[in-house]
Amino acid sequence: MQGNEREPLFSTRNRKILTHPFSEFNPITVQVLGICSALAVTSQLKPSLVMGGAVIVVMTFSSVIISLMRDYIPSRVRIIVEMTVVASMVILVDQFLKAYAYGVSKQLSIFVGLIITNCIVLGRLEAFALGHGPWTSFLDSLGNGIGYAVVIALVGFFRELLGAGRVLGIKVIPSVLYESGYMDNGLMLLAPGAFIILGLIIWIQRFFTGYREEE
Amino acid sequence: MELFNLGIQSVFIQNILLAYFLGMCSFLALSKRISTSVGLGLAVIFVLTITTPVNWLIYRYFLKKGALAWISQGLADVDLSFMTYILFIAVIAAIVQLVEMLIEKVSQKLYAALGIFLPLITVNCAILGVALFMVEREYSLSQSAVFGFSSGLGWFLAIVLLASIRKKIRYSDIPPALRGLGITMIITGLMAMTFMIFSGIRL
Repeated sequence: MQGNEREPLFSTRNRKILTHPFSEFNPITVQVLGICSALAVTSQLKPSLVMGGAVIVVMTFSSVIISLMRDYIPSRVRIIVEMTVVASMVILVDQFLKAYAYGVSKQLSIFVGLIITNCIVLGRLEAFALGHGPWTSFLDSLGNGIGYAVVIALVGFFRELLGAGRVLGIKVIPSVLYESGYMDNGLMLLAPGAFIILGLIIWIQRFFTGYREEE
Repeated sequence: MELFNLGIQSVFIQNILLAYFLGMCSFLALSKRISTSVGLGLAVIFVLTITTPVNWLIYRYFLKKGALAWISQGLADVDLSFMTYILFIAVIAAIVQLVEMLIEKVSQKLYAALGIFLPLITVNCAILGVALFMVEREYSLSQSAVFGFSSGLGWFLAIVLLASIRKKIRYSDIPPALRGLGITMIITGLMAMTFMIFSGIRL
């Protein structure tokens, strides 16, 4: 944003920055960032939603902070500075979850802490917040955070539905179906289920967006 | 024997990558060639073996509730465990840097092989994840040393296996939208499934 002319808060460019990562530039399925936590917490829908929220909060706050400090950070030590900012944000979120949602926080166990090394956060800080103003960085990280949250919510939804026949802990598959021989696929709740569901989601998404990877 | 069991368990049964999904980013990004994956795998083993016991000492003597009692009785009630994340990541970053400098001094050959991978390892979630698991499961010093090493070994095994499979699969006819990341996820899923046959093994 050069000159004195102020850009409107929701200019076309800004709107694009926000919505671009939802689908065609999604952090998980296209940029291949932040997969660790995407798989580990998604055996049920509820922890996936909480995790998505936590990542959005950490990302937006830390990218605004880094973007405000971007002129003062020497580039040689920038990784350490970024790590410290992100880690402080994660500590805040972790303490908050422990205080107000202890059950979920226990379920997420170490994966809240692992937001620190979640490559989405660091990746967006490096690639975007260091070179842009606070407002655009906020939009970029919000967009990427939402893109991430949507994908892990999808994975969580399908794993819980197919693995336990529940959504958010409520039985949704009618008992008539069970009586006629339908069985929950327990494998979906284990690690392989997560990999396969995410693989299929990537396949479907790329089929529609036409994104192709070069080997 | 107890320790050996723990080792076997963390290499095969609770493989850090295939059961806990730690270190997926670099696993997916750098498994295209076998030689790179071997280099990265070795670096992960190396760093995990060093950082896990060091983090254990730091947690035990500085962060845990009552850990500061060895300095003076007045500090016996201090609980710094909320500082765990920030201190662990700082320790990992510092050790990685140290190891890098040390290797450069001692062996140029090893540095050439591992050099480019070492800085990447700071942000590999496997390293921080193992340290946090060690705290959560309340391992002793020797247990955490074994846990660190064998988790690294498990990760090494998984990435080298995947790199070999990806090399073979280059000649297969995969639907275009599934190529790359999609098929890699599914292969990893099948690998995780095969590793499940180890569950229940005790020596």
